[in-house]
Formats: sequence, structure tokens, C-alpha cells
Amino acid sequence: METAIFYIAALVAALATLRVVTHVNASHALIYLVVSLLAVAVIFFLLGAPFAAALEVVVYAGAIVVLFLFVVMMLNLGRTSVERERGWLRPGMWIGPAVLAAVLLVSFVFVFWGTDAKTSGEMVGPRAVGIALFGPYIIAVELAGFLLLAALVGAWHLGRRYLEERRGADDFPEEDASPDEAAPEASAEGNA
Amino acid sequence: MPVAVPIEHVLALAGLLFLLGLIGVLVRRNVMFLLMSLEVMMNAASLAFVAAGARWAAPDGQIMFMFILALAAAEVAVALGIVVQLARRFESLDVDNADEMYG
Repeated sequence: METAIFYIAALVAALATLRVVTHVNASHALIYLVVSLLAVAVIFFLLGAPFAAALEVVVYAGAIVVLFLFVVMMLNLGRTSVERERGWLRPGMWIGPAVLAAVLLVSFVFVFWGTDAKTSGEMVGPRAVGIALFGPYIIAVELAGFLLLAALVGAWHLGRRYLEERRGADDFPEEDASPDEAAPEASAEGNA
Repeated sequence: MPVAVPIEHVLALAGLLFLLGLIGVLVRRNVMFLLMSLEVMMNAASLAFVAAGARWAAPDGQIMFMFILALAAAEVAVALGIVVQLARRFESLDVDNADEMYG
């Protein structure tokens, strides 16, 4: 019974992922991406990794996809972008990459097919994961912290508006507007 | 409840998802869809890690999944900043617009 659930979830994940890469509307593709990630979370749970399943739902489907959705809505991709995507997605463009990827998939499956190994069917709970994570993997945890800090600084820098103004100073003649904008913020912080 | 499935089926699913993401990266021109395909590829890699961890009932697969998760979060934060800059400068999400670099 549970084995059937695994194959159903695998089918759902494969079909939803196919729709993610073939859809022309970014919002709909993101909803399909959520479906795909939830199906993979079901597979994680069936493989005996409940903590990974919870993280998949919370972080991937919850946080990362919502970040994508924020940007899609902020950029306001409308009907014209859907029409343009449809123009870009001609069937002729698909054939070459699809055939090459299918060859890769066949050779990849051929390598390990027929090994009679099965997954253990045992649950590895959050306690074991936590003990290993903060034991032998503690250096990697700290490196992940550095990576996230660097990403924070990078995203803050890339998200600032002044990068646009530096491109051509004559396009934005009121360059000295930024100190005037900064001054009320500073006084507000001082009041707070 | 955990089940014992043949590990080659899980790895074949991971390979299929990875290659679907790879096709998306190769075919699409909209940078949002490129990033979504990258997410699909990383998700497939983490599925392979979790499957390998489940093979030996070891927590290491889930730990690698968490590192991939942190990597994906960092990558999305920086890449979406780049997407916003791209949309501001070129008013289009076509990556071919950004094929020239100014120093």
C-alpha cells in the first residue's frame, strides 16, 4: 500500500516538474513547482526522512517559492510576457535538448539498474539528524552560516536602486536627492 | 510509515527530475524559468542524497539535504536580486539581453 503511494507521488512529481519547465505563465509554473516539491516531500517521508520532508515543505515550498512569487508579482509579468514566452517555446527548440537528456537518462539508469538494493525502511528522526549535524558536521554548519551571510549582503547590494542611477548620470539629473532622503530616516531613527 | 522501495527507482526518479530541470535550463530564455529549473535540479540532487541516506538508515543524507537547502536559499536570494536589476535595466527578463558586460 505505502509502496503504491511512493509510485503515485513519483508520478505526480515527474508530471508537475514537466509542467514547470513547459509552462508559459510564471505564476502557474510556480504553483506546479509547489506541487512537485510537495510530492518530493511525500517521497522523503516514505523514505524515512520526516525532518527532511518537513523542511522541504516549510523552506522550499513555503519560503523559496513565495520569494519567487513576490518577484513575479513585483515585476508584473502580464499577458504580453505570456505571448512572448509562447513565441520562444517553439517545438523545434525542444527536440535537441530533450533527445540529449533522454540519452543521458537512459545511460544513467543503465549504470545502476539491477542492483537488488532496497532502502532500509527505517525512520531516521530529527534527533539523529541533529546529533550528526552539530557533531561531525559542525564546520559545515558554520560554513553554511557564512554562505547565508554573504547571500544576505549580496542580495541587499543588488536590490538597491542606486545601481540603476550609476549607469548613466545624465538620465538621473537629481543625483543629490539621496542625502535628502536619508536625512528624514536618520532623524526618525533618532526619535525612535 | 517508511517503506522499503528499490533504490534504483528512487535514483531513476531523481535522474528524471534533474534532467527535466536541465532541459528547462537549456531551452528557456526567461530568467525566472531558468531559476525555477535550477531549483528543480537542486531538489533532484537532494532527493538522491536522501535516498542514499535511507539506504543505510544514516542521517548523513538528510544533512546534505539541509546544506543543499541553505545553498538554494542563498542562491535564490542573490539571483532574484539580479533578476530585479535585469528587469529594471532592460525592462525584459530575456537573459540574452545581458550578454554584454560593461566594466
